[in-house]
Amino acid sequence: MTVTRVLVLATALLAAAVPVHAEISDGVIKIGIMNDQSGTYADLAGPGSVVAAKMAIEDFGAAKKGLKVEVLVADHQNKPDVGSSIARQWFDADKVDVIVDVPTSSVVLAVNQIAREKNKALIVSTGATSDLTGPQCSPNAIHWTYDTWSLANGTGSAVVKTGGDTWFFLTADYKFGHDLERDTEAVVIKNGGKVIGKVRHPFPNADFSSFLLQAQASKAKVIGLANAGADTTNAIKQGAEFGIVRGGQQFAGLLVFLTDVHALGLEKAQGLLLTESFYWDLNDRTRAFSTRFAERHRQAKPTMAQAGVYSAVLHYLKAVEALKSDDGPKVIAKMKELPTDDPVFGKGMVRADGRKIHPMYLFEVKKPSESRGPWDYYKVRATIPAEQAFRPMDQGNCPLVKK
Amino acid sequence: MIPTQALFGQLLIGLINGAFYAMLSLGLSVIFGLLNIINFAHGAQYMMGAFVAYFALQWAGLGYWPSLLIAPVVVGLFGVVLERTMLKRLYHLDHLYGLLLTFGVALVVQGLFRNEFGSSGLPYAAPPQLTGGYNLGFMFLPTYRGWVVVCSLVVCLTTWYVIERTRLGAYLRAATENPTLVQAFGINVPRMITLTYGFGVGLAALAGVLAAPIYQVNPLMGADLIIVVFAVVVIGGLGSIMGSIVTGFGLGVVEGFTKVFYPEASNTVIFVIMALVLLVRPTGLFGRTT
Repeated sequence: MTVTRVLVLATALLAAAVPVHAEISDGVIKIGIMNDQSGTYADLAGPGSVVAAKMAIEDFGAAKKGLKVEVLVADHQNKPDVGSSIARQWFDADKVDVIVDVPTSSVVLAVNQIAREKNKALIVSTGATSDLTGPQCSPNAIHWTYDTWSLANGTGSAVVKTGGDTWFFLTADYKFGHDLERDTEAVVIKNGGKVIGKVRHPFPNADFSSFLLQAQASKAKVIGLANAGADTTNAIKQGAEFGIVRGGQQFAGLLVFLTDVHALGLEKAQGLLLTESFYWDLNDRTRAFSTRFAERHRQAKPTMAQAGVYSAVLHYLKAVEALKSDDGPKVIAKMKELPTDDPVFGKGMVRADGRKIHPMYLFEVKKPSESRGPWDYYKVRATIPAEQAFRPMDQGNCPLVKK
Repeated sequence: MIPTQALFGQLLIGLINGAFYAMLSLGLSVIFGLLNIINFAHGAQYMMGAFVAYFALQWAGLGYWPSLLIAPVVVGLFGVVLERTMLKRLYHLDHLYGLLLTFGVALVVQGLFRNEFGSSGLPYAAPPQLTGGYNLGFMFLPTYRGWVVVCSLVVCLTTWYVIERTRLGAYLRAATENPTLVQAFGINVPRMITLTYGFGVGLAALAGVLAAPIYQVNPLMGADLIIVVFAVVVIGGLGSIMGSIVTGFGLGVVEGFTKVFYPEASNTVIFVIMALVLLVRPTGLFGRTT
């Protein structure tokens, strides 16, 4: 053996032996929280999602395990172009390994393309489009908290089964609204109901009176709100003003977050049926988590979107630890392999198409007399078991799933 | 095909939304007409009006009716301080400086409120006297919306009357034409200008209180509205009092009809009209060429 050969061999051995986390790119795991920090979706995700991510890193014990984890935050203003340029900047220049949260479905699909192109990871908590685990599914992405299909499946079918068989949709005019409307319409028709009209409103929109008048004139039993955030609360609030409910029609809020109910007040929101995957008052673990969260976030209880960010970051770090690498698709594959377990959703798993599986709940908003105080808003009407809560894998047309 | 009855409903809805456009663009017109300041903080001041109503209720137990007076006064005073300390230094400079300053103030104020109260808004109920509604046959008119139209019409026409038809209004108009000469007659022009700004700001706050029961009391409520209102002012003609009232109501109606026939375009239709008007009449529909 020549001296050169010995040297080469020794160098190779040393290189392999020195750092434990040799595969962690630049020695730091960088998690980018991208969401709406200032606009209509800021309360339901926004800064609260950042708090949740930081709690996950602490609870995982990253520092003790010798893993260096950093959180970056950006405001995509609900605009796909802004979201895309942040994603490129993060992946190319700032060495971000995974983008988490991402409300606004149009932004989700844009960032999804970029994560795939740059071979990084994307975990969506707040964004809703079910296409992310359907035609647009990717080996680089996981859809964590809920999706339009599971909302439609929960609220849509419950409403039709209790007699609400004619529908009129008020739909936010972008990807999310269209998907939610499409998935709900399918559920309504499958359960024997009928859609007799729809109107697409600009996003965001403040005054709904004109659209409400059209919904009223349609005489549909149910007015399906395929929108979110302030659009939903404004529609419900103004609907009360125009006597929608007194006239015998009923609202179905297809995506309602806890913060929306808080903003509306129980007086206006009572009786509303809604589907979510998380509520702070479900069990001891969710209560303990939510109390800790509230202490760090203006005394507000977490929404399912924020709780989802916690759960997602926790599982991501577990996968990175097991793999000893932060390589995008490899971590995503590892996340699918490992079972999930956390205080938010309990035990669960991630499917091959990138769909995180856990139960969904059909909630009813309490009457003011039933509530013990701020944030005590929901009662559980039904639990939708994990295996029924999401679209069956063979119906999503995800190219990753072999037929 | 849309039945005629439904169209009547939409016409009325349009007038209601127009009432807000009219009140806000009126305030902007008064301020621009007399101070030559493009008040970009108008939306933030409208939002502050709604918040003052909310605070009055939460902290002092004062309901809607006292707020109609308190909010314009409190926010108007804020305007007076702003004018005394900052705006008055900009009168001799280009319009752009006033615009930038007020825009900056708006961003700061909105940011502070958002930081404190979040972005999803706070609930504010209509007073019990104005809840419920009337069935007009072709539509259900909530009492509160009817009140908004009446209130806005009264305020707008009174303002127009004071500025165009009274002695006080004559002083104001004279002071814009030639402040030195008016001052020579013994009229305190700087004070008059300060109060005018306070009044314009108060109008925005009043609109904010009127809006509180309809929309959420939201830190961003003005930011969304102000851009549309500026378009209304441009269409009506900057500085024209009657112009901003008529265009405010008119564009509310146009927007209302767009929401029926082509809802997807309802948030752009006003800007399309603005572009067309600027092509044909660069000074706006009621603007004077100076």
